[in-house]
Amino acid sequence: MKKFTQHTGIAAPLDRANVDTDMIIPKQFLKSIKRAGFGPNLFDELRYLDEGQPDQDCAGRPLNPDFVLNQPRYKGTSVLLARENFGCGSSREHAPWALDDFGIRTVIAPSFADIFYNNCFKNGLLPIVLAEAQVDQLFKEVEAAEGYELTVDLERQVVVTPSGEEFAFEVDAFRKHCLLNGLDDIGLTLQHADEIKAYEERRRQEAPWLFGAIK
Amino acid sequence: MAGKTLYDKLWDAHLVRQNDDGSALIYIDRQILHEVTSPQAFEGLRLAGRKPWRIDANLATPDHNVPTTERSAGVDQIEDPVSRIQVKTLDANCDEFGIVEFKMNDQRQGIVHVVGPEQGMTLPGTTVVCGDSHTSTHGAFGALAHGIGTSEVEHVLATQCLIAKKMKNMLVRVDGELGAGVTAKDVVLHIIGVIGTAGGTGYAIEFGGSAIRSISMEGRMTICNMAIEAGARVGLVAVDETTIEYFRGRPFSPSEEQWDAAVASWKELVSDDDARFDTVVEIKAEDIQPQVTWGTSPEMVAPVSALVPNPDAESDPVKADGIRRALKYMGLQADQKITDIQLDRVFIGSCTNSRIEDLRAAAEVVKGRKVAANIKQALVVPGSGLVKAQAEAEGLDKIFVEAGLEWREPGCSMCLAMNPDKLGQGEHCASTSNRNFEGRQGFGGRTHLVSPAMAAAAAVTGHFIDVRELMQ
Ligand code: SF4
Repeated sequence: MKKFTQHTGIAAPLDRANVDTDMIIPKQFLKSIKRAGFGPNLFDELRYLDEGQPDQDCAGRPLNPDFVLNQPRYKGTSVLLARENFGCGSSREHAPWALDDFGIRTVIAPSFADIFYNNCFKNGLLPIVLAEAQVDQLFKEVEAAEGYELTVDLERQVVVTPSGEEFAFEVDAFRKHCLLNGLDDIGLTLQHADEIKAYEERRRQEAPWLFGAIK
Repeated sequence: MAGKTLYDKLWDAHLVRQNDDGSALIYIDRQILHEVTSPQAFEGLRLAGRKPWRIDANLATPDHNVPTTERSAGVDQIEDPVSRIQVKTLDANCDEFGIVEFKMNDQRQGIVHVVGPEQGMTLPGTTVVCGDSHTSTHGAFGALAHGIGTSEVEHVLATQCLIAKKMKNMLVRVDGELGAGVTAKDVVLHIIGVIGTAGGTGYAIEFGGSAIRSISMEGRMTICNMAIEAGARVGLVAVDETTIEYFRGRPFSPSEEQWDAAVASWKELVSDDDARFDTVVEIKAEDIQPQVTWGTSPEMVAPVSALVPNPDAESDPVKADGIRRALKYMGLQADQKITDIQLDRVFIGSCTNSRIEDLRAAAEVVKGRKVAANIKQALVVPGSGLVKAQAEAEGLDKIFVEAGLEWREPGCSMCLAMNPDKLGQGEHCASTSNRNFEGRQGFGGRTHLVSPAMAAAAAVTGHFIDVRELMQ
């Protein structure tokens, strides 16, 4: 997995609540059997004026000029500012894949939906929860200043604004460890294979009907 | 010490290892796989040279992409080449790794969340995961079930475990008696209207109270199915006689020799009387009316007798803005009557409402009536081949067809429109599915979530109507 330690980049404000994963990457693109290549279709229905098709070259499609990521000042965005309950809806991991493929490294919001939040960490993407008032302040600052960049320091667990103001954020110790070191959690879990086998043996004794039934 | 909630019990029973940092390794008894969220997981296994930990914990079936029209010629008949590759990839992966799969034309094929319980793959006291957020459905049986992402699908395949963190406990208690014509779908839409789409984030929600106890297994599945629309990955209902009876004689249920021991263990699967919940929400069954969503999030819901809300009456500016945006997308006016919303299509199906009881409820309403002239299409899509067969044995298919509805092959269909069943731009649909997000049922499509009876009533009148008016 890709490491995340410290990142500085252009921030863009996506000013709507309850952005769902259908909006992040519409269903027609879920037909791909690959993990990469979803970037051009990130926010497809908000970003383009026509209906996108899988395997289509997006270069000539009509862009929606009102959509924030289409505005020249937000070109190269890698820090996404969002509103509450970001990533609600389906469990599709294609959502963080699309954000990552587009170049987003971190999303800052007052709250995230659980499955999406979880999926981000599996893909080297850092979701950051800040208080609503802090997110509000960042929205105001980014809208006021072109070229506004934020720095996210995972080691110190802070978001740093251009004026040097710092906002602390929480993150699970385990998830932080995996992101900082780019660890693959299957490998980590398999270090406990003996414990899993011991549990499984007990389970087989207690609930034998759960073994060998599906065949 | 306080007693344990049902969720606490399920969690404790599956704990393989508790780490100091609060994360834990929990054992997964059952994983269901489908074509959309599994290809990259299998690919990951192959790249790392890993094998599934335990084959007999997995079951696969294609559902999201499959056509619901005549398909006897098999997978090659899937017109969309990208969908075809995805379904073929699932077949190939299951063949390669030896995983049991109900392929597209197997009679047992269907929507993952219909098939799992129907086969007795989901059982009380199990942990069930699937790369699909509506896995919360299986919690109706006192199972700890939730959706996971593709990396986690791979993790479970490789290790039979999931890295998880314990959630908080919420109890939603619905007491009293539901009125005639008020169904499980109305109950859950009402609950989402009360607690909001993020109200359950971070929680496992147990649904309890006398009204829930009186609801059938099908109805309980509908309620747990939509726990995720309230933000909760996990929905739960305690085990009772209704639960136990459901599993008698199912293909993967405990054998006769094991049955008594299994039932004895299942009876423990209730929250203790003195269990502590972090949050309790109380709802009176009598307050619940047939529901219709008017907006682009499941919390944008109202009783069918209500008016579409007016954003100017909302004091919270973010919410008012959300209402304005939703009304614009939905092509609705503030303060218009919900019963004045004219419909173009009707969809009866999805993992929320495609079981036999749902089809019976819809058939009862359309029987002897005709689909209204303004309805371009009314689809009935059973949740599995077995549901389809049973409905046909009961003659429901004939009732639908005589009334002018289309009777289809099982799959997800217009719930998310990955197959050819979709809404056109600007079309309004009365849908028994679970998400009314923008574009969910087709680019520019406008979804209104309702119960099967309400969808059937909408089909025969061409607009929303309180189904109780047709029941008199
Ligand atoms: S029916 Fe709809 S919600 Fe259910 S699994 Fe299929 S696509 Fe998902």
